[in-house]
Amino acid sequence: MENKLSGFGLDPTGVERRTFLEEGESSPKQSLYSLSLSASLYLACFHLLSLKLGFILLLLSIYKMDLDLSAPHSTGTTIIGVTYNGGVVLGADSRTSTGMYVANRASDKITELTDNVYVCRSGSAADTQVISDYVRYFLHQHTIQLGQPATVKVAANLVRLLSYQNKNMLQAGVIVGGWDKYEGGQIYSVPLGGTILRQPFSIGGSGSSYLYGFFDQAWKEDMTHEEAEQLVVKAASLAMARDGASGGVVRTVTINAEGVTRKFYGGDTLPLWHDELEPTNSLLDLLSSSVPEPMST
Amino acid sequence: MPLTYDREALFDRFPLASKSKNLSHLFDPRKDIPKSSFGVRMVKMTDLPTKGGFSFDLCTRNQMLLDKGVQMPPFRKTGTTIVGLVFQDGVVLGADTRATEGPIVADKNCEKIHFMAPNIYCCGAGTAADTEAVTDMVSSQLQLHRYATGRESRVVTALTLLKSHLFSYQGHVSAALVLGGVDVTGPHLHTVYPHGSTDTLPFATMGSGSLAAMSVFESKYREGLTREEGIELVAEAICAGIFNDLGSGSNVDVCVITKGQTEYLRNYQLPNPRTYISSKGYSFVKGQTEVLSTKITPIQSKVQTVEGGDAMEE
Repeated sequence: MENKLSGFGLDPTGVERRTFLEEGESSPKQSLYSLSLSASLYLACFHLLSLKLGFILLLLSIYKMDLDLSAPHSTGTTIIGVTYNGGVVLGADSRTSTGMYVANRASDKITELTDNVYVCRSGSAADTQVISDYVRYFLHQHTIQLGQPATVKVAANLVRLLSYQNKNMLQAGVIVGGWDKYEGGQIYSVPLGGTILRQPFSIGGSGSSYLYGFFDQAWKEDMTHEEAEQLVVKAASLAMARDGASGGVVRTVTINAEGVTRKFYGGDTLPLWHDELEPTNSLLDLLSSSVPEPMST
Repeated sequence: MPLTYDREALFDRFPLASKSKNLSHLFDPRKDIPKSSFGVRMVKMTDLPTKGGFSFDLCTRNQMLLDKGVQMPPFRKTGTTIVGLVFQDGVVLGADTRATEGPIVADKNCEKIHFMAPNIYCCGAGTAADTEAVTDMVSSQLQLHRYATGRESRVVTALTLLKSHLFSYQGHVSAALVLGGVDVTGPHLHTVYPHGSTDTLPFATMGSGSLAAMSVFESKYREGLTREEGIELVAEAICAGIFNDLGSGSNVDVCVITKGQTEYLRNYQLPNPRTYISSKGYSFVKGQTEVLSTKITPIQSKVQTVEGGDAMEE
């Protein structure tokens, strides 16, 4: 049973401030060659994945508030991608849920597509894993044929093609981010439905609802790497505090000219927000102490 | 007589065939097709050969029936507790042994730890037929792959074969698996969900008893467990599932996989012995049951062998 849940792993479309995808003036050799290769890969995609439509009449079951361990594995999530003056920083929480049970509290939602392009996954875990696997395979071929590292635009386009062609059957909202020598750091958002949109920063997943206002205020152009990383971690922890479907630890991946750096922020290193309590070993320690702590109002 | 494709006309030309005329009219599916002006029957779409592949039409029909209130017949599930953990030398897998058919225990001592390769084993939860079939299929594929490559199978190979099979069936193959093994790259433990997603974890639980078992793991697991500690922790987690989950019960199976060696400890613990047995025992003496009547019919051979005949052609 696939649950179509509004706000649960969906990336809301139609946000006003978006810019159109720039048909960028990259170097002609690169654009022509890679475009023709991506066209041939597009055809390969199409043949491989011309799945029959219609028989997956998605069972629009009512969202059950019980445990429902048979629900599809979904990354109800918070994913973030920001550009800075030198590359991109991708960030995500680590919670994978089946219904109301946390199936994996330490999952890695930032998946490698190539050395220089990574993707943050949200939505159905199975769908996004399969899409990543296909795109990794196509990009590998593309890199061999091209003779140089693939561009971020090609990677994002491949994700978009798979997402759009199979939109009836997939529930996948992703953020593709990477660095290449032509355009530097780039972030492409590919939400549900298969739109592709290049943005200076992007947020996605169920926890992103809580971050639109935060980014409106806190985002600025041309940040340093430290500022960008701190912004991503702060944003992710804010969303995890408010969204039930996000939690666990924060993972970040930085991609720039030098390469890729992975960082891990455990729950105890994240800041505590309004009404969040300090972690204690056991409430029994409080009870056995001589003066019991008064309840805070 | 003009050449027509009309079956009735054919019978007029070949009168012997008309013996079966009545029957064929009964079963002829093309009887009701309107004839064109030339008396040629038009070909229906159903005459095309069926394409291969899984037909999802029945899945929508099943859902429609469920919505109308028709109940599905209960199939045998391994409502279950299966666990796996990584210790310092390899992986330990564990499972209970109860198979249920709705509320009834269909098998009190079934095997849920399936063989994939000499160095890879897989615990299965969900529909018993699905887990058996999918693990058997991937196990055969792995063996063919071993013959082709000449190398020991890797856990990620099994993982990819399982996940792509389950994804293509969109969750209708209800198999939730804990896959563990040791290969040249080291020990690996993965969980595979019916929709085709996978997780890689140091410890994992699946099945209806997964919450009970996970509580044990979350409190007691640490990195670098020894073999004895690992087995003990796995047995404890399975027992938590056996005693606190109605879908799990009976005995504990354990499988320890290390580099170069695999030990399948079938019925490692039997925490549910049958204690209330009559001390006098059960005896069924001949003559206790009353015989009402006896009829003996000798079996006569109806087969006649004929010697000779034509030799088979090469």
